[in-house]
Amino acid sequence: MGVEQKLGNMGVVTTTLETVVNWSRTNAMWPMLFGLACCAIEMMAAQASHFDMSRFGMELMRASPRQSDLMIVAGRLSRKMAPALRLLYDQMPEPKWVIAMGDCASCTGVFNNYALVQGVDEIVPVDVYVAGCPPRPEALIHGVVTLYEKVKGQKFVEQVKA
Amino acid sequence: MAQLQEVSVDKFKHLVSERALTGETMLLNMGPQHPSTHGVLRLLLELDGETIVNCIPDIGYLHTGIEKNMEAKTYLKAEVMSDRLDYMNNLGNNLVYCMAVEKLVELDVPERAQTIRVILAELERINSHLVWLAAFGLDLAAMSVFLYCFREREIILDIKELISGQRMMTTYIRPGGLWRDVPVEFEAAVRNFLKIFPKRIDEYEALMTKNPLFLDRLVGIGVLDPATALQNGVTGPMLRASGVNWDLRKVRPYAGYEQYDFNVPVRSEGDTYARYIVRIEEMRESLKIIEQALNRLPFGPVRSDNRKFVPPPRSELGVSMEALIHHFKLWTEGFPAPDGSVYQAVESPRGELGVLLAGDGGAKPRRCHWRTPSFDNLSVLPKIVKGHLVADLVAILAAVDIVLGDIDR
Amino acid sequence: MRATAIMDKKLETIVQALQEHFGVTFEEFRGEIHVFVMGENIIEALTLLRDKYDFELLSALTAIDFWPQTSPRFHVIYQLTSLARNLSLQLRVALDDGEPHIPTAVGVYEVANWRERELRDMFGIVPDGHPDLRVLLLPEGWEDKHPLRKDFPLGYEEVQFTFNVDEINLRKHFAKE
Repeated sequence: MGVEQKLGNMGVVTTTLETVVNWSRTNAMWPMLFGLACCAIEMMAAQASHFDMSRFGMELMRASPRQSDLMIVAGRLSRKMAPALRLLYDQMPEPKWVIAMGDCASCTGVFNNYALVQGVDEIVPVDVYVAGCPPRPEALIHGVVTLYEKVKGQKFVEQVKA
Repeated sequence: MAQLQEVSVDKFKHLVSERALTGETMLLNMGPQHPSTHGVLRLLLELDGETIVNCIPDIGYLHTGIEKNMEAKTYLKAEVMSDRLDYMNNLGNNLVYCMAVEKLVELDVPERAQTIRVILAELERINSHLVWLAAFGLDLAAMSVFLYCFREREIILDIKELISGQRMMTTYIRPGGLWRDVPVEFEAAVRNFLKIFPKRIDEYEALMTKNPLFLDRLVGIGVLDPATALQNGVTGPMLRASGVNWDLRKVRPYAGYEQYDFNVPVRSEGDTYARYIVRIEEMRESLKIIEQALNRLPFGPVRSDNRKFVPPPRSELGVSMEALIHHFKLWTEGFPAPDGSVYQAVESPRGELGVLLAGDGGAKPRRCHWRTPSFDNLSVLPKIVKGHLVADLVAILAAVDIVLGDIDR
Repeated sequence: MRATAIMDKKLETIVQALQEHFGVTFEEFRGEIHVFVMGENIIEALTLLRDKYDFELLSALTAIDFWPQTSPRFHVIYQLTSLARNLSLQLRVALDDGEPHIPTAVGVYEVANWRERELRDMFGIVPDGHPDLRVLLLPEGWEDKHPLRKDFPLGYEEVQFTFNVDEINLRKHFAKE
């Protein structure tokens, strides 16, 4: 399934700019190489040979926030790390998305204590929550695909307003 | 809520050289988000050109409050926290925690459970070393090693999933034995791994061990002498790479390690290359232990039948009123442990992993302190990176094999 | 007090030497020896053990909080390991509530550097003479909060259940773009 099927005899495709832009965003989304705790190991596994996340356009993990448009918060976020995480988020160029990977990032899971931020949605706005402690790589990939569905439905007007 | 803090050089005045204050050397921040700090470690480097003059580690970016949280749970429920400490050695953490609880309440473990514990602990050691080797290769720009290691790691994770249903945080080892017996496929799965893996180690070695680029990066880098190592509490492969033959599996056998025939790899060079060789050899020795344990795997129960501390199996709940009462009591209020403290240590893939468990007579621990090997192994880092280049720091840090969850707890 | 029969012969001589030098008391629990040393003697005791009895490794340095008991409130624990003799020994210093102080052990074991900083962070037990007493694990500005003390609350947020989740989410601070 590719562009060939939609071409027809004329060799012309009509679509909206929004669709094309969103489609291109979903096929080359670069996540930031940024692991916090246990989930980062599963994120590495998702990138590695067995699961190969580059099938979904995530060929590159960028070490610099300036070059990435997806932040996968993989692991528990301590109160000491929270300002640094927000700083990284602010440094990412628009448009940007956040996946809260794992229970700790979503709601701190088993740890309800003084040291952790109770859910990273207190620090950065989260688009997709992935459950699991840690989530399997398949679950992370499902989260990424869910995010793609969201991105495909985004309207320019809303983005300008925000 | 949390605010960024301005930090002036005055705070570090006593730690950097005088040249830093005049601006002759440069202070460079590395981390907490950096691809080769293996997590959220922050290093403040004082650089003269590209040579490191001083290195000041700043930890705590993953401080989880696990020790405090364990005090708020019963002994059985606190165990889930232990998985998440050193997240590369989940079963090893379970093992040491359960051994501490067993020591505190004087609980016996059946022979079959001990043997399976050894198999799992050694599989976990290989698993941890594989992830270490993957990250080590990645830091030294050997990307293919990363892909190969994660391929083999999946085999181990499949075994863990087979026995417990979880890939990483299994909580499979429980006080008094195991959660349940291993399924019948377990032995075949482990034997399959034993058959495949030795050749795969040869593959890694073919890529790395005699590679001239690799040797140039590692030999003579980050030398640590045994006296400094002991002064700084360094244990595990790092200590053995410095020529000290100290492995808790040999010198203080636990869980029946005295029955297995294996060697402790020791190198005397103390450099980064020696640490690499020691870990590679340890993987081979672990295979030997697994094979022997599998061959002598006895039949029998896998958990103690002391119902005061160990919940009854599911099958008994429907037929025995007493079992139901014990199940209810153990999972709601837990069992009381005496007012005293024990220290139990095992050899984790990174070194001496100890737990100091203090009971208060009630159902919750008074204190559960984790003596984690990465914490002390990292504290020696400033001493061994002095005078090296920044690129060498990456190699040294990778060879120390830190796990931030293990350091910050 | 005499060493019991269960105690290792090698440890017995060491404990006796400590008794002669510092008049220590000891207890035995599950085969482990816990030697209680006075705070002012701890550095001498550690030095003696390191130099004369080959305890090269300070495995762990931590504390236990016995709150609400106030005297003693803390036990500072030094877990020592001897590689040459394959022995373990635990030294303990009992401290009262208030502003607990211990002399620093950095001069004897360098590993105590970070361990004592952690002790200051977590329990507020100040190691006197420590060369670098910055906050180690906790965020900046937590100098006077000591989470592992028993009177420090565990969490800061209410646990969410189905019946109160909406109410909490109304109050909760969610991040904006």
